[in-house]
Order: sequence, then structure tokens, then C-alpha cells
Amino acid sequence: MARSIQAKQSPPSDRSAQKWLLRGGHVIDPANGRDAVLDILLADGVVAAVGEDVTRDGGPVQVLDLDGLLVLPGLVDMHVHLREPGQERKETIATGARAALAGGFTSLACMPNTEPALDDATGIRYVREQAARAGAARVYPIGAISKGRRGEELAAIGEMVAAGAVAVSDDGSPVQDSALMRHALEYCRRWDIPVIEHAEDAQLAVGGVMNEGLVSTRLGLRGIPVEGEVSQVFRDCLLAQLTRGRLHIAHVSAAGSVAVLRWARQQGIRVTAEVTPHHLLLTEVEVSRSRYDANTKVNPPLRSEADRQEVWRALHEGIIDCIASDHAPHMAEEKNVEFDLAPFGVVGLETTLGLVATHLVGPSLGAGERAGAQRLGAGVEPRQMGVESEALGTAQLPSFTWAQVVERLAVQPARILRLPGGAGTLSAGAAADVIVVDPRAEWTVKPEEFYSRGKNTPFAGWPLRGRVEYAWVGGELRFARERGGFLES
Amino acid sequence: MNEGGRTPALRGKDLLELESLEPGEIQLILETARPMLSVFSRPVKKYPTLRGRIMVNLFYEPSTRTRTSFELAAKSLSADVVNIATTTSSVTKGESLADTARTLEALGADWIVLRHSASGTPAFLARQVRAGVINAGDGSHEHPTQGLLDLFTILRRKGRIAGLRVGLVGDILHSRVARSDLWGLTKMGAEVVLIGPPTLIPVEVENLVQTGSPAATAASPVPPSATGSAWPSPPLAPAPPPASASASMSAAAAAAGVSLPHPPVTVSYDLESVLPTLDVVQVLRLQLERQKRGLFPSAQEYSELYRLDSERLQRWGAKPDLLVMHPGPANLGLEISEELANSPRSAIREQVQNGVAVRMAVLYLLAGGRPAQDTETQTG
Repeated sequence: MARSIQAKQSPPSDRSAQKWLLRGGHVIDPANGRDAVLDILLADGVVAAVGEDVTRDGGPVQVLDLDGLLVLPGLVDMHVHLREPGQERKETIATGARAALAGGFTSLACMPNTEPALDDATGIRYVREQAARAGAARVYPIGAISKGRRGEELAAIGEMVAAGAVAVSDDGSPVQDSALMRHALEYCRRWDIPVIEHAEDAQLAVGGVMNEGLVSTRLGLRGIPVEGEVSQVFRDCLLAQLTRGRLHIAHVSAAGSVAVLRWARQQGIRVTAEVTPHHLLLTEVEVSRSRYDANTKVNPPLRSEADRQEVWRALHEGIIDCIASDHAPHMAEEKNVEFDLAPFGVVGLETTLGLVATHLVGPSLGAGERAGAQRLGAGVEPRQMGVESEALGTAQLPSFTWAQVVERLAVQPARILRLPGGAGTLSAGAAADVIVVDPRAEWTVKPEEFYSRGKNTPFAGWPLRGRVEYAWVGGELRFARERGGFLES
Repeated sequence: MNEGGRTPALRGKDLLELESLEPGEIQLILETARPMLSVFSRPVKKYPTLRGRIMVNLFYEPSTRTRTSFELAAKSLSADVVNIATTTSSVTKGESLADTARTLEALGADWIVLRHSASGTPAFLARQVRAGVINAGDGSHEHPTQGLLDLFTILRRKGRIAGLRVGLVGDILHSRVARSDLWGLTKMGAEVVLIGPPTLIPVEVENLVQTGSPAATAASPVPPSATGSAWPSPPLAPAPPPASASASMSAAAAAAGVSLPHPPVTVSYDLESVLPTLDVVQVLRLQLERQKRGLFPSAQEYSELYRLDSERLQRWGAKPDLLVMHPGPANLGLEISEELANSPRSAIREQVQNGVAVRMAVLYLLAGGRPAQDTETQTG
């Protein structure tokens, strides 16, 4: 598709062109109920007009004809680990912000589990300054709940909010002290920011490296029982009810958590939730299928097929509000070790949109039918492969429209974090954060081509359909695939 | 155990687990081990078969028995042996296992015999090197040569494996021996009863063999509960027992010409009640550090509930020909009495000798050896 676009028009010439007229693309903007072929004019950094036959309003305008392509509000990833400061060998703010934009995310929120932790205004300001310098995706820092993420005393939340933090979280270190969690939810009411919880009972999970169940028994790996997540989600919902604070549950992985969230919604508790692409598409069987490949080691762990199907349905139903990547880059040297010793986490910024477009949009088959599902089995004996891939089943799960996908990848995360500038929408006057997606472009996941420093993905080799072609941030064209990627200003 | 059941050779360069071996491959190893036993009765205790080949014992956990057994097996076949003993802590200090193994390979190792505290490490290593990898025990996963020598010991004492009822007693949760025994015994048509305190029995272990693979259960239609209810009812209720529980079992047993009265794997918390039904009992070593994790209250209480001694065997009505085994090293007086361990019922000494023969057979077959003729003069 990209080639045919090029043939039809003169290539965009200037990253900082003042005006862009995007013509004839299929505009999907669920926040404004738009789902049609429309023109869109970007001027002075904002969305100036959307409609049929938008005319140039004088002055020089770059024109792009986008027949057959999708024009979407820039996506928002509310759960990213950028590793800077302190672990720049894994990722930097600059490389992470570029990976995000190449994956369609014009905004991201980064977690505070850096070294040192982002637990004061200095840390928050540092992240924002580095992000501004990087000039890729917008970066919104999340501050720590507790000083040093130690789970003991509240961090300087007010000071961090003043410096630009959009939420607080001790992600990676679930808050074990119920009184601290209560106080965090209460204290944050002053700004009405969400408290993002990595819900897990640390004592139940201690030493665990994968989901507890038949597969962990068979592989002799220490299990993490699903109940450790469910009980903590329940505790947090009760505390949100008690305090009327705003709670957001990160990376929901368990069917039981969905049941708790459904109940909490019925009670009117202010709770939102996210799910990752890997929990939507993979199960614990991948640990066995890959023969202990640490790229299947994530926290929370890949769960059972029943859990996978239930979080999928919950996302469709809206009980889970949005998709977040939990992008967690690690060095190859850290991951290519004994399973017990490898760190948790996989990257996701550059695969999320493609995975969602390929597997959630349109007619959806069960896991056994997933294109590329076999790739993980390379090197496994055929007999074993046969048994396991057969067993993945072909249950029918509800599929998503593109509008529903944009709702979950842009509108909802922007709303949960209350991002400024009309993020997640193409409303008139909103910041011109816009992406163009070719929904038919076919590509293969090649970690060595990632902009991210992290190559740790369980999706290597998966054939995907749907890819970002252009990305504007604040009306500035920063990424154009046909021009080789990032445009320097 | 008929001659026709064995396969002509082992598939693959490694021995990582019994789970993925065909019954025919197990039978091949057992038949190959039989003539190897003569090494103990010959004046010259060596065959020239593996002259010029190098086997490296790479042990990240302390071990005397297994390491010595592998060393004797390799030397009996005239291979050269290098022993490397290290600790897992040096790994965590930044010494990469993959790098170490590639170094050993560059130095000419044909086989790396790996003992490691982390489950799955031999499979990980086997992907990194061309040398053959033999699992000498990985975490709580498997200890395949122990499983093979246990099968060999039962076969020599009982004359058969199929149709026997074998109890494994103790810490099943952390035991790699139990997992290898479980796979080996059920593949050869025996029933396995796992016996221990509930805290030391791994979840869903009785479904391992019935379902054929964990994937089947992982994908089984367990309906997520509580949709639309006002209160979260228990999520993910336990899976109902598979309806065709004995399907794969009866296939394995039928091939061996026996029909089993029970499912291939069952669990019991009560040693006294199941002891009279057993033909073989393998007592596992209790790791006392499990007590610190709160998995059982005291060695005294454990011993009261799960210790075996001759008086108990009599009082609880054990079969007169019950075979008693222990993979060693035993905590004598804790899980088994010294008197029982040294009694005629006990095969513990034979297990040690059989271990060398079985490991010789494994090395021989991994080196491309053909099935042995059943003569005491076989030299490969």
C-alpha cells in the first residue's frame, strides 16, 4: 500500500510543515462518532477541520491522499517501562519514545520503577525534559506511590503532580500494606488522579515464575496462583469503595479478577482496568511449548485458556477498559538464561497495534487458528507440538471493530489519565496527534528491527497485518515509513 | 516388555526428560543396560566403546552419587571425564551458563551432563550447544537417569513393570525423581500412587498422565463463573475430572497386555491406607529446609505420618513381597529406618549399581550404539 501512496502524490517534504490536508482516508474517531471517509486538516498544531471536502484555507498546505488507509487519533499506551534513569542499557526515554511512535502511540505513560525510582518532582521533571529532547511520542510520567517504591511511606505525590505526573503506581512492587493503599487512594483524591495497582499478593507469589497449574507442575516450575491477583483486586476495590478514590488495575490476567471488576462496577466503585496483548493472545502453554524460553516469562504470568478467553470477553464488554502494552525491555543477555533467573517482562510498543489489528479486529478465531501460533514451537518435537497446538482449541471469541479498537487503544487510556489537548480524539481544536494505518499491510515481527533496545518478545516471527505509515505529534510529521522512518527536525 | 516394543535407536542428541521418550525408547535403554551390569563382575571393568570421547560433568548443585555414577559409567566405556563442580551462586554473579557450555564445547566435549537447581536448564542448554546434553537433575523437573534406573531395578526384581502399583512417598512437589518415575512408570504400564502431606503434592498432578498433555486441560472448557452475579463467586472452579480419565492409561497398559484397576496416577495423603495395595514403594528424601517455608510443622510429625520401617510394614499389612526403594541419600530414621533400608526387601544398594549400568546404556545409545545383544560379553 505504501508504494501506491507514493506513486499518487509528492512525498511530504518537511517535518515541521505548518499545515497538512489528509484527504480521502477512512477517519475513525469514536470520541466524536466518526467512522467514514473524510478529509482532515491539521493546522497550527491542532486538528483544524474534519469533514467531507475540507478545503485549504489559504497558505501552503502539504496534501496527502490516503485512499484505503485509516486515519486515527494517535494511540495512547498507559503502561510503559522506559528504564531511564538508571537502566539505559535496556532502554532510554529516547529509544522508548521512538518505539512508541513507530508503533502508533503518540502518547505514553511511563512507570516509575527506574533507578532511582521516580518518587519526587526532580525525577518527574527529568523524564519530561528527556522526552521533550527526544521529540518522538509524548511522555507522561507516572510517579511512585511510596518513597523508593518500598511500600512504606507515601511519596511526594503533590509535588510530583505539580511537576507533571499523571498518576501514581508502585508497578512491579504490589502494595502489600493495605493501610498504605488506603491512604494513597484517599490522598490522591486531592487531584483525582488514578492509583495504578499491580495487583498481587506477594506472599502467595513468592518465588513463582509462571502460572500455577498443570503446566507448572509438569515443568517443575514454581507457580504463581491466580488467587494472589484476584484477592488483591478485590482488596483494592474495597479500599476504593471505602475511600471513593480512583483505582486502576494494571494488566488484568485472571478470569476471577474480571468477576471482581464486574461486581465493583455494579457497586459504583471507581475502578478502571487494562489488559496486555500477551494476556489476550497467549497462555501458560507457551512456557512449555517454547521449552522454558524466558520470553514467555511475564508478571502477571501467562494464564490458562479460560482466563485468556475471559479477559478477552471483558475487554469487549468494557469491564476491562483498555489495552496497554506493559512494554518491559530487557537485554538479551538477561533473558537468555535459566528460566528461574530471567527477569519478568516482554516488549510491546511495536507489536501491540499489529497484534490487535490482526487478531482482535474482524472475524476472530480461537488461539489454535492464530497465524504464527506455531512459530513459538520451532524446535519442539512434532509429537509434542501436535498435542499442544491441537489442544489450544478454536473457541469463538467476539471480534472488535476498528472503532472499538481505537476506543480501547486511545480514547479510554487518555480518559483514565485525563491527558490534556484532547488526546485520543480528533475533535476540532485537539492537538494534532494523528496516525495513518494501512490495515492491509502485511509484515513479520523481527525483533532486530525494533526501534526499542529491548528485543524480548514472544511474538518473534509472527506474521501480522496492519501497520503505522505516518504519525504526527502536535501537527508535526515525525514518522513516515515511506521515508525510512523518523524525520529529523 | 516384548522384544518388538523397543525402538531401534534413540531420537535426538540429548536426554532431557522421560516425559518425551517413547515407551520403545525406554525399553531400548533398559535392554541395553542389562549386559552392562557385567562390568561389576568382570576383572577388567572397561569396554573400549567410547575411547577418545569426552564427557563433562557440569554440576551446579552438590552431588556425590550421581556425579560419581556418571563418571564410572563413562570411564567403564573408556570415555574421558572432566568434572566441573560449581554453585548456582556463581551463576547469579554473572557467569553465564550458556557461555560456560559453549566454552566446554569448544574444548571438545561430546556430552555435557548437567545438574542444576533451575528447572528447564538442560532444555535451555541443549538449544545453545551441539554437544549432547544429559539431564542429571534439574530443579523440580526431572532426573531421567534416576527414573530409568528405578525402572531397571523394578524390572530386575519383579520381572515386569506393567500392572504393578508403585507408591512414591514424600515431597512430590519438589521432587524431580518423582516426576521422572511418574512418567517412566506410567509409560511402561504401571500405576503410580503419590503419597505425602497435601502441602507437598503439586496441583493437578493426578491429571498429568490422564490428559496426555497439560495443554488439553489448559484449554478445557472451564466456564469462567460469576458472569453478571452481584458478588464474585469463586473464580475458576476446579476443573471437573476428565470423563475419559482412563483412556490414555488403558492404551499404555493394553499395549503391555495388562488392564489396570485404577487411573495411572492417584494421590493419597494417608500412607497407612494405601500401603497394603502397593507392589513397590519408593521413599523420597525429605529436604528439611521445606519446613522453614511452612510446608510441614516438624520432622518429628512428618516422620510419624510418612516414615517406613519393618514394624509398620507388618502392622499396616504390606504385601510380603513389597519392594522398598530410595533414590538416596536417605535420612535414615526420618523417612526410612536403617534396618528397613538394609533389609532383603530393600533394593537401595542395587539402585546404586543399576545406576551405573543404565548411564552406560544411555551414553552408549546417545553415541549411536545399536541395541545390545543380550549376552554378558557384549562390547559394543
